[in-house]
Amino acid sequence: MNSDTLIPLVGVVTDIRQDTPDVKTFRVVAPNGGKVFEHMPGQCAMLSVPGVGEGMFSITSSPTNTEFMEFSIKKCGCLTDWLHSMETGQMVTVRGPYGNHFPVESELKNKNLLFIAGGIGLAPLRSVINYVRDKRSDYGDVQVVYGSRSMDDLVDYREIVEEWTNAERFQVNLTIDRPQDGWEGHVGFVPDYVRELAPSTDKTVLVCGPPIMIKFTLKALKELGFTETQVYTTMELRMKCGVGKCGRCNIGDKYVCKDGPVFRFDQLDRLPDEY
Amino acid sequence: MLKISLDRLDDFFARVASEQSLYMPVDREDGQAEFRKWTEGSKLSQRLNTVRSAKDFFFPQTENLVDFKIQGKNIEVLDTREECEDFAVFGVRACDARSFSILDKVFLCEPVDSYYKNRREHGVIISLSCTRPAETCFCTVFGIDPVEPEGDISCSTDGKSMFFKVNTPKGEEFVKKFADVFEDGDPAQLEKMKEFSRNVFKKLPLANLSTDSFGGDKMMKLFNSPKWAELSEACIGCGTCTFICPTCQCYDIRDFKTNDGVKRFRCWDSCMYSEFTKMAHGNPRVSQLERFRQRFMHKLVYFPSNNDGEFGCVGCGRCLTKCPSSINIVKVMKALEVEE
Amino acid sequence: MQEKMKQRAKELLADGTVNRVMGWKKGEFGYDTTPAVFRSAEEIDKYFVCDDFTNSNLSKLLVKESKKDGVILAFLKPCDTYSFNQLLKEHRIDREKVYIIGIPGGPKLDAEIIKSKGITGITGVKNVNYTLVIDTIYGEEKMPFYEAVSVKCKSCKSKKHVIYDELIGDDGDILESDRFDEVEKLENMTSRERFDFWQRELSKCIRCNACKNVCPACTCEKCVFDNPKSGIENKAVSDSFEEKLFHIIRAFHVAGRCTDCGECSRVCPQNIPLHLLNRKFIKDINSLYGEYQAGADLDTKNPLTDYSTDDCEPSIVHERGVE
Repeated sequence: MNSDTLIPLVGVVTDIRQDTPDVKTFRVVAPNGGKVFEHMPGQCAMLSVPGVGEGMFSITSSPTNTEFMEFSIKKCGCLTDWLHSMETGQMVTVRGPYGNHFPVESELKNKNLLFIAGGIGLAPLRSVINYVRDKRSDYGDVQVVYGSRSMDDLVDYREIVEEWTNAERFQVNLTIDRPQDGWEGHVGFVPDYVRELAPSTDKTVLVCGPPIMIKFTLKALKELGFTETQVYTTMELRMKCGVGKCGRCNIGDKYVCKDGPVFRFDQLDRLPDEY
Repeated sequence: MLKISLDRLDDFFARVASEQSLYMPVDREDGQAEFRKWTEGSKLSQRLNTVRSAKDFFFPQTENLVDFKIQGKNIEVLDTREECEDFAVFGVRACDARSFSILDKVFLCEPVDSYYKNRREHGVIISLSCTRPAETCFCTVFGIDPVEPEGDISCSTDGKSMFFKVNTPKGEEFVKKFADVFEDGDPAQLEKMKEFSRNVFKKLPLANLSTDSFGGDKMMKLFNSPKWAELSEACIGCGTCTFICPTCQCYDIRDFKTNDGVKRFRCWDSCMYSEFTKMAHGNPRVSQLERFRQRFMHKLVYFPSNNDGEFGCVGCGRCLTKCPSSINIVKVMKALEVEE
Repeated sequence: MQEKMKQRAKELLADGTVNRVMGWKKGEFGYDTTPAVFRSAEEIDKYFVCDDFTNSNLSKLLVKESKKDGVILAFLKPCDTYSFNQLLKEHRIDREKVYIIGIPGGPKLDAEIIKSKGITGITGVKNVNYTLVIDTIYGEEKMPFYEAVSVKCKSCKSKKHVIYDELIGDDGDILESDRFDEVEKLENMTSRERFDFWQRELSKCIRCNACKNVCPACTCEKCVFDNPKSGIENKAVSDSFEEKLFHIIRAFHVAGRCTDCGECSRVCPQNIPLHLLNRKFIKDINSLYGEYQAGADLDTKNPLTDYSTDDCEPSIVHERGVE
């Protein structure tokens, strides 16, 4: 019988990094080394610990990484609690990749890019950002606006400071919600910061974060003169199958697992407001 | 045309059942019918339809997907799939017969669901035309001909004989296998009866229900209709309509811990249930209104939008009979249609 | 009766006593009535119905409705008033926000029974001197009224309204009901026979949760069977005994609070006689703690949550279990 996407593959967690108090990044490799499967930036995978649960997570590592996949996961439920308490060497099951991806090969190519992320929303964008860094000559200027509740809640802080800020034609703007000792950077919510920074409208925007942050960021972008066809986001709804059959992650006639998770805002505009 | 005289039908069932599993609708003590495996003495139900639809044969309520053996930090994935044995289902009505082509569109599109496909390939559907429809029947609204049902083989009776019309290569193979039980018959009387039945269908109270107000292009208008609040008011949020529906195919995947590992199984799920879309950090369908709307929008708008205009309903009428509050797709269609 | 109800509803709407009316709405075929809230006299004139098929219990819907602004008028049959009282006792309904008009009870009919006689294509049903005259697309059919009486009305326990603001029609009495006869039949079986009976019945269960969701005694904010974290939530039948556990757990949970309204059996798509499980509990409570009817009043304590020194000892389980 042919393979079935519902039958997962096995991966080994070889590294666990505590990113923030409630976010850890897990490195997963195939039992014989290398990646379990290939993916494109923005795609997701179903990660599971049998008997505990299965959940859809964004693959946070870049496809250009040939050795492993990474998942940045926030602790917020049964499965994620378990993942946060496990040790390296633990096997998990993975299936995928699922969904579409950011159009890195087409619409984003040679464009100036603006990434806007809030909290754990950086996870799916990190895949694209590192992809762009690795294929630097294919893209124009890059600006990353990233905010979180506090300094400690900035995911991948070390990578941001040590690698992104030093990358060629990369501008990184960080912000936190409230003032904090030891933080000398910007303080304020992401949408307001975007307004302050007033990025030029020649940029293509990729935004991800909590729904409320996305909503206000989009409003700020519109005020700055951006149009909906310039802005991409990635969605998250409850999923079980990953292939548009179990019937629960639809927004109108689109399944987030299959037709998404990446949507351009003009596409979302044509869909019912139920996400 | 191939036929078997009605008084020899039981012999035919026995003959088929001697070679492969045969399922057909039989009466239960409580006066309802259900599909059961044929055993000596089984009698074909005279009722129009079964409580549970025939989707169970290809998409059972619960099925094992995969097993895991777990030792310390190690996980072994065990593929438990086995080639399904050949089986036949007799007496599938036109509505249920059409439901398979709707389910096919979901399960057989890429990536193909191997569990469904396995059963589908090994099951022969012998459908049975309808002669005495109920008031709740409205299959004709969706372009189904209850007198000439789909299926690998379709049967109809003229009161004396059961006539068999072969529709697919699988049906052809089945008929060949049991060639000795069929006779050749003149379907002249049958054709007259069919014409009569077709006229009966035209007289049904729901025969003139219109689908004009529905389809993918009406998505936003229908989604935003103010009628949903009133329509969903009496919905108790149970899963009756979804579980008895021949085309509802939403499922859940869950794990069951056994002594030495984990069984991962799939089971029917219902968009009417409160936790269907619930995530750790919220639920996009917070009240019964949204859940109720989802079910009907799926059948009348989302499904046709993704499937060349084909609706996700076959008009079997089960939800009309079984909803605890007597709310159903017909009432929804009529209420939303008024708005046009 | 229906006209009197409509008239009174319109009066109460007009004088501002209530701002909504809960009753039943006409269906497609004359038997498929839906519980509904009416907000205007026009709606009432057009859709309101109260007939032989308005058998659903409106009490549970009042849990949700009494949380809204304004007073709602509810038409309650005698059996529904027991459920209403029980819900009041459990602080689920705001009494101030419901105006109750007691209406005579059944016997109400079950269209499924009519259909099980082979009558189909139904477009209308009339009761002519207790003969049902049924219009069908195949012509007129007749059957005795009493043969179509729904399971829940077959063994009516009471024609008396235990709570109301006003009545339409006369109040009745508590009846000498034969409702425990079937329970006795089950009790007289051997344990093997009884197991086989429930095995056969409960194996029909499709876990649709209609019984749970319609039950006026099931009003937990978050039911354990709806909670994904419980590991036993709805639909997932992972082994052959699971659906039995579901129903048995539910019966235990509503024991002492079940008023025997019969909605569970009415809504079961598979015709499982679920009310018999609950009735067994009622019968046992009666014999072990003295006669008790849930919802009969607002004061009597539920024997299962009350303690007295002459309560039976736990050993009763063993004593009774011996065949």
